[in-house]
Amino acid sequence: MVSKMSSKMVGSNNLAHARRMVQQLRVEASIERIKVSKASADLMRYCGENAKYDPLLMGIPASENPFKDKKPCTIL
Amino acid sequence: MGEMEQMKKEAEALKTQIEAARKAAHDTDMASAASGVAPAPRVQLKTRRTLKGHLAKIYAMHWCTDNRLMVSASQDGKLLIWDSHTGNKVNAVPLKSSWVMTCAYAPSGNLVASGGLDNMCTVYNLKTPVIKTVKELDAHTGYLSCARFLSDTEVLTASGDTTCALWDLETGKQKTVFLNHVGDCMCLSLSPDMNSFVSGACDSLAKLWDIRDGQCKQTFLGHTSDINAISFYPGGNAIITGSDDCTCKMYDLRADQELITYQDAALNSGVTSLALSMSGRLIFAGYDDFNCNIWDSLKGEKVGVLSGHDNRVSCTGVPPDGMCVCTGSWDSFLKIWN
Repeated sequence: MVSKMSSKMVGSNNLAHARRMVQQLRVEASIERIKVSKASADLMRYCGENAKYDPLLMGIPASENPFKDKKPCTIL
Repeated sequence: MGEMEQMKKEAEALKTQIEAARKAAHDTDMASAASGVAPAPRVQLKTRRTLKGHLAKIYAMHWCTDNRLMVSASQDGKLLIWDSHTGNKVNAVPLKSSWVMTCAYAPSGNLVASGGLDNMCTVYNLKTPVIKTVKELDAHTGYLSCARFLSDTEVLTASGDTTCALWDLETGKQKTVFLNHVGDCMCLSLSPDMNSFVSGACDSLAKLWDIRDGQCKQTFLGHTSDINAISFYPGGNAIITGSDDCTCKMYDLRADQELITYQDAALNSGVTSLALSMSGRLIFAGYDDFNCNIWDSLKGEKVGVLSGHDNRVSCTGVPPDGMCVCTGSWDSFLKIWN
């Protein structure tokens, strides 16, 4: 969108933008952070506990695989 | 000192403070922490289905919550609904605009949505005797890169106009606009508890948003180019991103920083899409080089590759039950692997 703006308006837009940016940074600076060691441990535990339910990780037996084509049987 | 100067000074001080706080939390890195974890098995998946039907590049796909139906979008101007078990097309939705970039399935299975260079998100009802357009969500001033249903009455969108938005499907209006990115928003992912979402943009940042109050809560730095793909880790405490800088990254929300980068010197193609296996252990990342690489999310190692497409892999998706992975490509085919 092209609009003609006086230099005064541009100035106050920049100021409004700067105020918003500072406000946002204040929000982000104020959060509590946990240690990476704890974050990693929790992620590893989640994976460990859920691995057995993960078909792509564990492999899927042919009989339980809805995508495996059942081969036709030939009666000899 | 003018107010502008003051603001600049305070911004720099806050950035320094955030960086210091992140450093203080960085008592180890994920690769070291996971050194004792047994490696993921070498993953060799077979193509179980090749879905043929689109006549042009496929840009997006999304699984239905029933683990069987899926929707795909192509610049041939159609959405196709597939039964992945039989490989049959269940429905075809002709699009007003063929320049589609995203599609989504509502959790109920009743609705699908699409959008792209028309700047709109169009919602269709699949359950009426003839498929009907329910709403055209029209307020973005840039292309629609991603859409996701929260329910049959709420949709989240990400746009090239640098904003994301929450829409009320009954009124067709935006309830909340999420403003903070300074580059085109390219992707979004809903948290498992549906209270927040993350977005990735061309400003190389990922941002966490509170859906209800519209506030950006956290910003994740590290990528050096557009973030094209993003996904919550199943537990909800971490996110994975994929970028034009050829890497994927894991960020932890509570540590507020990057934990691991998934990269390989031999890989110099951008990441277009990504999906996680059910436990989160495996990351399926689609690249411009026609492959989908499989990464061990804890150890950062490549454990497999899905090769078979003849053009860029543009989209990937794992259904909720984790039974397969679907890849969609500019070669106009979708493949189902497990």
